[in-house]
Amino acid sequence: MNAWTLSAEEWTAIELSLRVALVATLASLPFGVLIAYVLARGRFWGKSLLNGLVHLPLILPPVVTGYILLILFGRRGPIGAFLDQSLGIVLSFRWTGAALACAVMGFPLMVRSIRLSIEAVDQKLEEAAGTLGASPLFVFLTVTLPLILPGVIAGMILAFAKAMGEFGATITFVSNIPGETQTLSAAIYTFTQVPGGDAGALRLTLIAIAISMTALLVSEWLARLVAKRVQP
Amino acid sequence: MTLSVEIRHHQGDFSLDVAFAAEGGVTALFGPSGSGKTSILRILGGLIRPDAGRITLAGDPLLDTHRRLCIPAHRRRFGYVFQEPRLFPHLSVRQNLTYGRWFAGRTGGRADMDHILDMLGITHLLERRPGTLSGGEKQRVSIGRALLSSPRLLLMDEPLSALDEARKAEILPYLERLRDELDLPILYVSHSVSEVARLADRVVVLADGRVQAVGSATDTLGNLADASGREAGSVLTGAVSALDPETGLATIGFRGMSLVVPPAHLVAGQRVRVHVPARDVLVATEKPAGISALNIVPGQISKLTGVAGGVVDLAIDCGEETLHARITEVSVGRLELVVGRPVHAIIKTVALERP
Repeated sequence: MNAWTLSAEEWTAIELSLRVALVATLASLPFGVLIAYVLARGRFWGKSLLNGLVHLPLILPPVVTGYILLILFGRRGPIGAFLDQSLGIVLSFRWTGAALACAVMGFPLMVRSIRLSIEAVDQKLEEAAGTLGASPLFVFLTVTLPLILPGVIAGMILAFAKAMGEFGATITFVSNIPGETQTLSAAIYTFTQVPGGDAGALRLTLIAIAISMTALLVSEWLARLVAKRVQP
Repeated sequence: MTLSVEIRHHQGDFSLDVAFAAEGGVTALFGPSGSGKTSILRILGGLIRPDAGRITLAGDPLLDTHRRLCIPAHRRRFGYVFQEPRLFPHLSVRQNLTYGRWFAGRTGGRADMDHILDMLGITHLLERRPGTLSGGEKQRVSIGRALLSSPRLLLMDEPLSALDEARKAEILPYLERLRDELDLPILYVSHSVSEVARLADRVVVLADGRVQAVGSATDTLGNLADASGREAGSVLTGAVSALDPETGLATIGFRGMSLVVPPAHLVAGQRVRVHVPARDVLVATEKPAGISALNIVPGQISKLTGVAGGVVDLAIDCGEETLHARITEVSVGRLELVVGRPVHAIIKTVALERP
């Protein structure tokens, strides 16, 4: 076997990483927009507390975040037990759990980016839409959302990139099970722990660089496309 | 269609306490900056909720703080034209214009839309982006957007104030057409006498959050002599009685007198309002000869009012109209002007240029 050919296990790790990052990004998007909107526009008691909570994963050591997830979402944890018994959803040691860990880790980045773009929207435009007969929900969908789209895309890319690189929280919460929770980062880590694993680690490193670069370029291109539509 | 308004509202140090009614046609809310005009409009549009008040349109309650009723802005169906155009930058001109039509239901057909676009002169702009339009074009699109949402009432908050004189002159004729061709009550906020004189049927004069006077443009604006310095004068309502095809000059007939005004795309018989600024009226005790002014109107002094700074406001009855002239105390003494004395009021045609 050629040193540049990827093994089946390596392919699985790549495919799993992409799936986990994509699911984490898409599933957290509605919550990200909602929380960003509440933080940008809301005036309520405990706003700083909510802001702090959202940003916590950015500051905490990833291992701590992963451990907290394990306590809360583990099969015997308060939320995990509920999900298991009432909905039959198990997160611990499953790839869905890896997606949850990645989503939590990327959430502050996503919220931050969307929040900044919401704060930049001219509220006079929303007011005008209201006087034309649009209900607040419709104003959000037809005026606010199109105007913040560049910020939303930037936030999604940041969250996706964070999810691709996530290691600490994931390995703490769902361990490093090949084929189930072993993502690209975890696979590279595993290679570095065994004798003669350098070639595999290098192969996956190059793949990781390629994926990250592609994501970055696509986001730049999308942002430019959207900006052209949104700006006069 | 009667709009009846009763509002009490506090905002910081400013207090608003007004009650007035508006009928069809153009009702102007007139007053200096900070008199509460915009606040009243925002409350009417549902953008501010006042401390207390009652607003009804044709008997339909929109706000009644006693009954804890406040219809939200998007269900009032009041068109709102703001000082700035506020066009949606992510939509084309056409999409901006049709935005409100979605919510208005299927009222007003294709022909209606064509008529409004034509009236505002924006048909050729439909495929453009708001960012590529001039200031005047943007404001016309924003007026069209408000009209196409099939409003029951149109609120206009100094729609010309952000524009220069040339743009104002460009839009004013469109506003006159709106007033004359659409059966839509308009509430028009402005601090410009000439704008109000030209557009409004009724005027609500505001100062410090209180209503000072309500009445026709002629009655209210003509009596502003003491109130507002530079723009004080008379507002006369008349009809075009003659047009000179060569010079374009128009003669406007009033009750018992007439004035020659500069060319302004008028047609014979058209009803117009002319604002005669008091500082542009000269007074002579004999009919002058060899003078360039085209308007020399005989009349009789009916009132002398001292204004601060050695200036006197003369009210001169000419026919059944009253002209105001602002001259110095020195001139009053030299010419021995007293109530009852016959005089000639002299007004340059150029001073009557319409805004």
